[in-house]
Amino acid sequence: MAEVWFAIAAVMLAAYVVLDGFDFGAGALHLFVAKSDRERRQVLAAIGPFWDGNEVWLLATGGALFVAFPRVLASGLSGFYFAIFLVLWTLILRGISIEFRSHVDHPLWRVAWDTVFASASTLLPVLFGAALGNLVRGLPLDSAGWFSLPLFTDLTAKTPVGILDWYTIFAGLFALTALGGHGATFLLWKSDGPVHERSRRAAGRLYGAVVVLWPLLTVATWLVNAPMLAALPGRPLAWLSLLLAVGGLIAVGLGLRGDRPLAAFLGSCAFLAGMLAATAACVFPVMLRAIGDDSASLTAYNASVPVASLATAIRWWAIGFPLAVAYFVILFRLHRGKVIAPHGREGY
Amino acid sequence: MSDPLLWHRLQFAFTIVFHYLFPQLTMGLALLIVLMKALGLRTGDRRWDDAARFWIRIFGINFAVGVVTGIPMEFQFGTNWANFSRYAGGVIGHTLAMEGLFAFFLESSFLGLLVFGERRLGRRGHFLAALALFAGSWLSGYLIICTNAFMQHPVGHVIGADGTLQLADFWAFLLNPWALAQYAHNMMASVVTASFVVAAVGAYYALQGLHPDHAPRFLRMGVAAGLVSSVLVAFPTGDQQAKLVARHQPVALAAMEGHFESETGAGIVMIGQPNVRERRLDNPVVIPGFLSFLAFGTFHSNVKGLNEFPEDVWPDNVELLYYSFHIMAGLGTLFIVTTGVATLLEMRGRLARARPMLWLLMLAFPFPYIATTTGWMTAELGRQPWLVYGLMRTANGASPRVHSGTALFTLIGFTGLYLVLGVLFLFLVGRELAHGPGPPETHPPPTLPDVTEQAPRG
Repeated sequence: MAEVWFAIAAVMLAAYVVLDGFDFGAGALHLFVAKSDRERRQVLAAIGPFWDGNEVWLLATGGALFVAFPRVLASGLSGFYFAIFLVLWTLILRGISIEFRSHVDHPLWRVAWDTVFASASTLLPVLFGAALGNLVRGLPLDSAGWFSLPLFTDLTAKTPVGILDWYTIFAGLFALTALGGHGATFLLWKSDGPVHERSRRAAGRLYGAVVVLWPLLTVATWLVNAPMLAALPGRPLAWLSLLLAVGGLIAVGLGLRGDRPLAAFLGSCAFLAGMLAATAACVFPVMLRAIGDDSASLTAYNASVPVASLATAIRWWAIGFPLAVAYFVILFRLHRGKVIAPHGREGY
Repeated sequence: MSDPLLWHRLQFAFTIVFHYLFPQLTMGLALLIVLMKALGLRTGDRRWDDAARFWIRIFGINFAVGVVTGIPMEFQFGTNWANFSRYAGGVIGHTLAMEGLFAFFLESSFLGLLVFGERRLGRRGHFLAALALFAGSWLSGYLIICTNAFMQHPVGHVIGADGTLQLADFWAFLLNPWALAQYAHNMMASVVTASFVVAAVGAYYALQGLHPDHAPRFLRMGVAAGLVSSVLVAFPTGDQQAKLVARHQPVALAAMEGHFESETGAGIVMIGQPNVRERRLDNPVVIPGFLSFLAFGTFHSNVKGLNEFPEDVWPDNVELLYYSFHIMAGLGTLFIVTTGVATLLEMRGRLARARPMLWLLMLAFPFPYIATTTGWMTAELGRQPWLVYGLMRTANGASPRVHSGTALFTLIGFTGLYLVLGVLFLFLVGRELAHGPGPPETHPPPTLPDVTEQAPRG
């Protein structure tokens, strides 16, 4: 049962990255792909109906950890204390910048919120990427399963580690590149006119960079956590996920070349989901990896609540999850087609 | 300064109080918006749709601030209260996770459609979007109150082999009697807030002679819903809640009332200052026998005083608890009187011209916010010194590895950020009020040809 909940948490996290990822990416590119107010409203209208629901996947992932692995949630959130609040404050500023920007028809007001939106959307993928980098590199867990990390130490990724070091910064920049490309494929799909054209160029460049950076990230990962990659050959699920990621990359390339935006966007989704699934399959059952002492790691087995509780939770989860998926299907269907830039007081 | 516990407590208190200023309006307002949309559908009167559209814009601004300030609440369980999360996560993790899965997805998916989708959805579809927001926000309210109710009155759990709490009976936990009473009380309070806000805006327009189509409507709806909810918040829901406190948290009841010595036929304190050092109430004005009646249903029953409990289970701030409770109860009584008189005036057709009453209604809207806040302070201060009543002390629940300076730093950060949010919020709501309700916008065609208009769509 602990395996099932590990998989659920991984699926929810992947859904979060794929979904909120496209609006982070669109936000990071906001100032570059959309120049006029009309174009910027086009970008905001493209993500407007979705961003809030997308962000709920973060809460839902947190909820899945809370109910199944409270030790992991407690340890992880309190250990990354300062970084978590940086994320939360940035999420707050980003949320209100989307919601408040078009309330006031004044150029300075709008440019100010556009800048907040773009900056926050750039910072968040870096922070989330760095967070994943921390999980891969490992944490200084004590015998009771707690840790506390400074923001940075000597950047060497060796004990004493900090939240930011060369590896986690690299992971953060990789995440920004990949989510930027992801957001560009989304805008390519949902927009027309100049935004569409600029998004095509951005998607091509950013995914080009992903193709270059991915092998480098793999080498870097080998340097900080060789056992994780060594586990890869023995894990078929990881292989399949990698295949999905590679297939996704190819689909992005073909979609961009053949002017099939939806294929490019879906390929981008597959790439992100495949990367995350492969990582999850490689690290399983470890959730918080202890540096130096493997026995101190928090795993799906030693950090989960009793089986009876997991079994209860799976019952309501089996009702709630399809409902959540259904809302998204309705939402995407209602907002199908290219987005039209809103006018006046109505719309984002 | 060196003990982080105070900063953890203050940060949670500050962020939850600020956050809850917004959902208390949106939950109540969701009900009133559903009512407006339903009246529009039934009567065919477009002015109800115009009224709903105006309130939906106010709702949207409130909801946005509610969403962004709500996210930190979920995370602070882990960041600041890690020991508590580890200890009780096996139980409260269920309701917190269900809130995301069942309520937040519903709300977030339909919010955009409610705020911007009137044209796209048509009248009936837009009514359904309002209904979805109402259902989502009221469900969210239940699940979070269920979480709190477990901390107030833990049921349905067992203590596991490793000493942490585990869920034993899902339905007992989900249908905790404390949660049912607290939910009813709380939701009625949120309707009081929304009603007073709607009435205040109606009064604001009526006093200026603005929006003659809408001001009387807002007044009528606000005053009527305000009277019904103000009565319900006191009786039966508040009464029920008080009886549960009397039964399960007698020490909290004694502190709420400044009741230092046990007494048969205890009186209820209207005014007075608790003097904890001397263990007495200074300058009290008391209605004899009434506390016994409210707590146990007879005038002669014995109400335990603080003297019967060791000091280490007393709520750790008796004075603040006492004043919070009395401010809440006093305001609640005034709400019934105010909306009662206003309803009488309305029934005689004189409310729209009764300027003193309109002034009162316009200026009264902050008080339900104060009553709700002090009500929650009563619940949470009364729970002290426990984090999970009788099982875990607040002092043992904080994160073990977070330093006091770090916690103080984030508390200061929240203070600044929320100040900015509050100013922005007031500015934007002020603009909506100045704009007022009206028929939907008609857009002039764009003056310049725009290439994006002609681009192929598909």
